Amino acid sequence: MAVAQPARTDTHGREVLTSGDISRALRRIAHEILERNKGADDLVLLGIPSRGVPLARRLVAVMAEVEGVDVPVGSLDVTMHRDDLRHQPVRALARTDIPAGGIDDKVVVLVDDVLFHGRTIRAALEALAELGRPRTVRLAILVDRGHRELPIRADHVGKNLPTSSAERVSVRLAEVDGEDAVTIEGGDR
Amino acid sequence: MNRHLLSSADLTRDDVETILATAEQMHDVQKRDVKKIPTLRGRTIINLFFEDSTRTRSSFEIAGKWMSADTINITGKGSSTSKGESLRDTVRTIDAMSVDALVIRHPASGACQQVAQWVDASVINAGDGTHEHPTQALLDAYALRNRIGDLDGRHVAIVGDLTHSRVFRSNVITLGRLGAHVTVVAPPTLMPSGIADWAKTDGFATSWDLDEILEGGATHGPVDAVMMLRVQRERMSGGYFPTPREYTVTYGLTRDRMRRLTGTNPDVVVLHPGPMNRGLEIAADVADSPNSVVLDQVSAGVAVRMAVLYHLLSGEA
Amino acid sequence: MPILIGGARLLGERTADLLLDGERIVEVGSITAGRDTTVVDADGLVALPGLVDLHVHLREPGREDAETVGSGVLAAAAGGFTAVLAMANTTPVTDTAEAADHLYDLGRSYHHCDVQPVGAVTKGLAGAELAELGLMARSRAKVRVFSDDGYCVSDARLMRRALEYVKTFGGVISQHAQEPRLAGADACAHESELSGRLGLPGWPGIAEESIVARDVMLARHTGSRVHIAHVSTAGSVEVIRWAKAQGVDVTAEVTPHHLLLTHDLLASYDPVWKVNPPLRPEEDVRALREALADGTIDAVATDHAPHAPHDKDHAFVDASPGMVGLETALGVVGEVMVHSGLFDWAGVARVMSVNPARIARLDGHGQPLAAGSPANITLVDPSATWMVHRDKSHSLSRNNPWHGRELTGRVVATYHRGVCTARDGRALVPETAGGSW
Repeated sequence: MAVAQPARTDTHGREVLTSGDISRALRRIAHEILERNKGADDLVLLGIPSRGVPLARRLVAVMAEVEGVDVPVGSLDVTMHRDDLRHQPVRALARTDIPAGGIDDKVVVLVDDVLFHGRTIRAALEALAELGRPRTVRLAILVDRGHRELPIRADHVGKNLPTSSAERVSVRLAEVDGEDAVTIEGGDR
Repeated sequence: MNRHLLSSADLTRDDVETILATAEQMHDVQKRDVKKIPTLRGRTIINLFFEDSTRTRSSFEIAGKWMSADTINITGKGSSTSKGESLRDTVRTIDAMSVDALVIRHPASGACQQVAQWVDASVINAGDGTHEHPTQALLDAYALRNRIGDLDGRHVAIVGDLTHSRVFRSNVITLGRLGAHVTVVAPPTLMPSGIADWAKTDGFATSWDLDEILEGGATHGPVDAVMMLRVQRERMSGGYFPTPREYTVTYGLTRDRMRRLTGTNPDVVVLHPGPMNRGLEIAADVADSPNSVVLDQVSAGVAVRMAVLYHLLSGEA
Repeated sequence: MPILIGGARLLGERTADLLLDGERIVEVGSITAGRDTTVVDADGLVALPGLVDLHVHLREPGREDAETVGSGVLAAAAGGFTAVLAMANTTPVTDTAEAADHLYDLGRSYHHCDVQPVGAVTKGLAGAELAELGLMARSRAKVRVFSDDGYCVSDARLMRRALEYVKTFGGVISQHAQEPRLAGADACAHESELSGRLGLPGWPGIAEESIVARDVMLARHTGSRVHIAHVSTAGSVEVIRWAKAQGVDVTAEVTPHHLLLTHDLLASYDPVWKVNPPLRPEEDVRALREALADGTIDAVATDHAPHAPHDKDHAFVDASPGMVGLETALGVVGEVMVHSGLFDWAGVARVMSVNPARIARLDGHGQPLAAGSPANITLVDPSATWMVHRDKSHSLSRNNPWHGRELTGRVVATYHRGVCTARDGRALVPETAGGSW
């Protein structure tokens, strides 16, 4: 049994997932993906920048460890398909890297850190449609915080986190932020 | 980045890097089957060309269409000599239709700057007289970087009719922003007035001797890239230069010069903004050699223009 | 009714009263106003002889949308002018006695100032054949000044013939010095590093200086007088200074804008700064001011060049060159020359009235403020500062480079042949021919 880490509060808000929680969740999701797919055939994982990408890589690493398979992994930048571009300053683009085998007739699993309104995933589906025609598209998410504005749901969820819209969910990953943690800030009431 | 692109000087080094990075992503779109992204859907872009240019106009048109914008080509008419509608009236009429951007090519230097004062739309300079051609400089930098990587400390020679070249003016600025050293080469009659002071202020070098520059002894050492500018035959009659033959021998990138150049630097890059006068400023087989990135420049043109349109028009107005 | 102008400083020097009756000054000194005399309190004001402009474009006939003789004379009066010389580049060109008389009569129908037609040197301004210079001299208009202004009389032989020919009637050629092979029709910016950067076709100083040098030598050779219009470079000043020292009968004028504005303004590509000859760098502006102060340049002439908006609202190279200047000339000269201490109001009188009248052989103008002289008087408030607004103008055109600028020295009243034609910047008239307030 792991020693519980003291929960962190202060300026970073409430910690809701520790680094241990995160790695456990990812292991479980990797298993679920393989289970659902009955193996690794035709699987392609695409992380949505920025934090979806390291998450996708971690999942693929777990799969390699568990089943000895090399699942293709890449990234899918959705910036150009966002529906809110006009309402913000110009956003920089991130990289779209589709693995060599492409996505046609594949089982594509999109990977992202937080699922909130669902608009990012809608944009991702549109971006995907322009790159090819997957057989199936699934969604793996580290944190589902509710408040969907579109009929989008995740197939694999690390943690369901009920939140109020005023709160801010912050995901930090070692590859990007130097440490692993998920915290909630602000809101109250 | 502000809402116009009138001069290469409008872009900081960061801006240039950002646009080139975006252009790389846009280039991927070009390789797809379905060449369409929805980013500029609902935006209206007018290509207002007062000067003929199939290449640049179709490049902008394709760029806009692939971004799902509505692009419309309008041929602008006349200067005051036709005593028709003034330039101000022409652009304000179009602007009144609530268009989002005007991509303008005009035979008069400064025309885009003036238009920007008169309209609400974003103004993109597609070439104004002998003044500037910012998107050309960006695509030249893109094609060059793709070939030889980072341009910091690299030496680029720009050769040809500088006086009448907007490509020279924009390139000197953009290459400078990216840290490259530039030497411009031309006979005195084809160098703009005040070039000596200008070169000193802006940090580029000048020379009348192409061979000396290509040999790598003078100014900034060996050249990594040579950009040949088009020389118009009309300049011969203007007394700028005696004959095409003399021009080619003294300032042309002949087969012979190319051989000597690739002897010292086999990876030297040859650029030309086009259209080329094969046999005049550049030998035909030099233009077609593996060192030439002329076609890459064209291909880069669409991606770079998509990137420019993206950065100027996709965000909030 | 007699008018008593009381307490003005004549030419900025001694204070005296001026009594005007009919078309003349009848008395100067300490005067008591009689009955029926209108008294004008000119305390603190400077009295100058009525200003004379050697170089204006009234655009009529042909471009009445930009200016008419009617609107032009109102602007002239408001600017303190009692006589203007109207250039010949109208449509049709003033190259015959009939055309000159038509313009002369038109000017006479307005009473605000004398309009003296300038005759073309060559037929149609084509630069090929001499126009009927003699017939124009004998016309009612009594043309004495001839100019192809807008164009240079570039053919050396033609210029020589013209200089010789006008000797018979005391005429003078006013040369627009611009060697077309060095500065062509496209040339629009002082040739320099700036024009190179801006990509604007260069207009090098040498294109003016080479013609000035040629023409002063021709004048010496033919024993004629020659006048150089709108001198714009230090090099031209050097040549003129040398020529005068040699005894050549050469006179020269400079515009108000060339005394103050410099070519760096062109960086905005705003066509309001486009003028021919172009604005030059600081060194030339300084040389022109010194030359005006030391007499190398004899006169200030506005080169008032009104343009309709659709002729200016083009790309810089395509826009028509020219600036309006009648209503601001005195203010600019006051600011640049008097306020800075380069000369005094007597100097202003010299360059804006006495010398131009002499060059144009206009006997009724540029006379001393003395009993018996024609009552052409300009009253100036020497220390009034005022903001120029392009819409507050009698001219029909708005291409005004002084808009938004503050000037020192303002025309308070203008008297033409004893009648007050303008007060405080407004021409006095029942209905105006143009310009609104």
